[in-house]
Amino acid sequence: MADHLLEVKDLSVEFHTAAGTVKAVQNVSWHLDRGETLAILGESGSGKSVSASAVMNLIDMPPGKITSGTILLDGRDMLKMTPEERRAINGAKIAMIFQDPLAHLNPVYQVGWQIAEMMTTHGESAENAKSRARDLLKRVGIPDPDAAMRKYPFQFSGGQRQRLMIAMALACKPDILIADEPTTALDVTIQAQVLALLDELQQETGMGMLLITHDLGVVAEIADRVVVMNAGNIVETGDAAEVYRNPKHAYTRKLIDAAPGKGEMPDERDRSGAPLLRAVGLEKNYGAFQALKGVDLTIMPGETVAVVGESGSGKSTLARAILRLDDPDSGKVLYNDRDLLTISDKELFGLRRDLQMVFQDPTQSLNPRMTVFQLISEAWVIHPSILPKPQWKERVAELLVKVGLRPEMASRYPHQFSGGQRQRIAIARALAMEPKLIVCDEAVSALDVSIQAQVIELLDGLRREFGLSYLFIAHDLPVVRDFADRVIVMRAGEIVEEGPVRQIFEAPRQPYTQALLAASLDPDPVVQAARRDARQQQKGLMPA
Amino acid sequence: MTDARILTEETPKRSGAFSRWLSMLWADKFAFFAAIFLLIVLLCAILGPYFLGDAANKMNLRGRNAAPFHLRHGIMYVLGADALGRPLLARVIVAAQNTILVAAAAVCASALLGSALGLVAGYSRRSAAQWIMRLGDVIMSFPSLLLAVIVLYMLEPSVANIVLVLAITRIPIYLRTSRAETLEIRERMFVQAAKVMGASNTRIIFRHILPVMLPTLVTIATLDFAFVMLAESSLSFLGLGIQAPEITWGLMVSQGRPYLTNAWWLSFWPGLAIILTTLSLNLLSNWMRIALDPTQRWRLEMGGRKNG
Repeated sequence: MADHLLEVKDLSVEFHTAAGTVKAVQNVSWHLDRGETLAILGESGSGKSVSASAVMNLIDMPPGKITSGTILLDGRDMLKMTPEERRAINGAKIAMIFQDPLAHLNPVYQVGWQIAEMMTTHGESAENAKSRARDLLKRVGIPDPDAAMRKYPFQFSGGQRQRLMIAMALACKPDILIADEPTTALDVTIQAQVLALLDELQQETGMGMLLITHDLGVVAEIADRVVVMNAGNIVETGDAAEVYRNPKHAYTRKLIDAAPGKGEMPDERDRSGAPLLRAVGLEKNYGAFQALKGVDLTIMPGETVAVVGESGSGKSTLARAILRLDDPDSGKVLYNDRDLLTISDKELFGLRRDLQMVFQDPTQSLNPRMTVFQLISEAWVIHPSILPKPQWKERVAELLVKVGLRPEMASRYPHQFSGGQRQRIAIARALAMEPKLIVCDEAVSALDVSIQAQVIELLDGLRREFGLSYLFIAHDLPVVRDFADRVIVMRAGEIVEEGPVRQIFEAPRQPYTQALLAASLDPDPVVQAARRDARQQQKGLMPA
Repeated sequence: MTDARILTEETPKRSGAFSRWLSMLWADKFAFFAAIFLLIVLLCAILGPYFLGDAANKMNLRGRNAAPFHLRHGIMYVLGADALGRPLLARVIVAAQNTILVAAAAVCASALLGSALGLVAGYSRRSAAQWIMRLGDVIMSFPSLLLAVIVLYMLEPSVANIVLVLAITRIPIYLRTSRAETLEIRERMFVQAAKVMGASNTRIIFRHILPVMLPTLVTIATLDFAFVMLAESSLSFLGLGIQAPEITWGLMVSQGRPYLTNAWWLSFWPGLAIILTTLSLNLLSNWMRIALDPTQRWRLEMGGRKNG
């Protein structure tokens, strides 16, 4: 009964670890037809990738174990096939692309050879393989395919590498393409291009596409049907637009509500008076590369200024320059009319208290060998004037409660917390300094959507309570929309546009800002469909 | 990935730190017996020469190359006797002092000096780093035996000088490792976070960088312990190291070599002592690597090795 191209029935997978048996997925069933796109949506740890790994035979056994279920490909159970049969299917009938293309391309081979190898291992002659590889490179939009054949992976940009992966996946004309977070590592404008390419290719070849993602926007852009997963179970499945409009399960509702970019935008603030921090004409070069080309910026007390831009726009360099983690080549950073770049080390040490930073990845920004108590109280070890030692314990407990954790967690180590909790610890550590300004460098982009919303809410509450200012570095526009007072759009080391959040989002003046906004994905499939049509029309109008 | 999600479990009650470490040691049986063995070796090294010094040097020509496992000549001869009829049991115990002293001193000195230099070389970007690394290259490219011959030719062959030679030749290992680790760790986010807080360089080095690379250095040091013991024996064999009547395990192994075909026990017992000591050190350092790492410690606190 080959009703579907690929059908997964009652699949359960366990992992045996020292901490006990973890049920990664339980009784999961879904199916994929020719020419359709199915999205598996879930947050980290939901088991969304596990069933795809089972299909590709990528689960390490042991510690993994498939305890029940069948995977039917054209009516044949893949789990009963021999390893040789599975290998013949992988790549030829089912191909896969991954989140990080650089990790999945061999750095020491030319890309042309790597794509051709896909075909030669499945029995194609070397000559045919080579010419088809060239055609594929052209098809996925790599400029100058002849030269590109002889280049190495590092010579391509992130978006181009993902195109290479797609070319490689399509080499054997697979019936099914599995895409595991294909655009998560890419900038919004590149993400839109890659998704459009996938869509086109699917229409050309009629393959079934399985998309694994955490991003509602990606689902809205490309998926026909969606499977929502939580904690190893499917909570809801159905037509993508239908699920968004009428989520039946509480978890789906929560996920949709947590999607950023729907809240009221704050009114414009009064910006008269003395600024808290002012940067003037910051420049930074790395060799011949100009990371910052004269950037000015002003932050008022109690204000949240967001800096948005794609990777390589210089937004992180700006944050690091302001905090003097990397000294800029020229320019000034005035804090209370004192230039942070020229003051003595002793004076800078005193001012460190006022300017704190929350980093992108809390797993890396917290020393794994220190307890939460040690992490937070380090602020007072370094600056003994803030708090006398007998009060440390009490104050740590207080701070933990403030960021939504429990006081008894102080004796634990960072690895005993989830990602969102770790970021709360990092925020508590910053608060221990009693700062005036917190620089958040992509502070929420590594977190799941629902956690992201909680952390943003926490930051917002702290701003109101303590009158903090934030410099909020982000690539994600919807998050900025909910949180910032002012937005600075950066590109290639320069400020493209600056203005109050409402103006930037509702009436962007610069074409680049408009392009950024157009490329960012709305979680509503209907809105996304309308945008897609608009794009198609625009394309139609353009001369070929 | 999975252990990070266990959020509900409470950390065990804080009893005395000592008993907690002891119970973690008991959880790894290999490490526990390794620790006991090392304790015995240490006791031999400290007390051995005091009690058995005379016995170890007393010749008994009737008992030359006496076979082990006979009590004919008394309890001292249970492991046999050497070419001059001196009891091997007493000699192995007495030799522990010099052996452990030389090896421990050489390893400690090279580890301390090497990792300190490596930290400086990795942390500072100034030309000092270049000088330190070139110094390391010079030591590595200079044959260590030649260096030993030169140094010990100019100075007296003595315990202090042999420690000096061994320490110098082993410095580059720690130097290169700690520099590489420092270069990597200094770019980690938590070091950056400490900088933002205004932490001083000393604090960053001792509180953030050193604890992370310590397990690596300790593991290298224990492996090196065996190497240094054998290197010392080859120097002693050449007449550059410890001189008779002083004895070390390495020296005993090389002294027994001519008799290997007819009296294997002469080399076997000191050799066994070397093997067991290094094995114990390795097992213990393996345990320590886990015990010092908060993300791994649960393996020991749960009791038993479930996932080595």
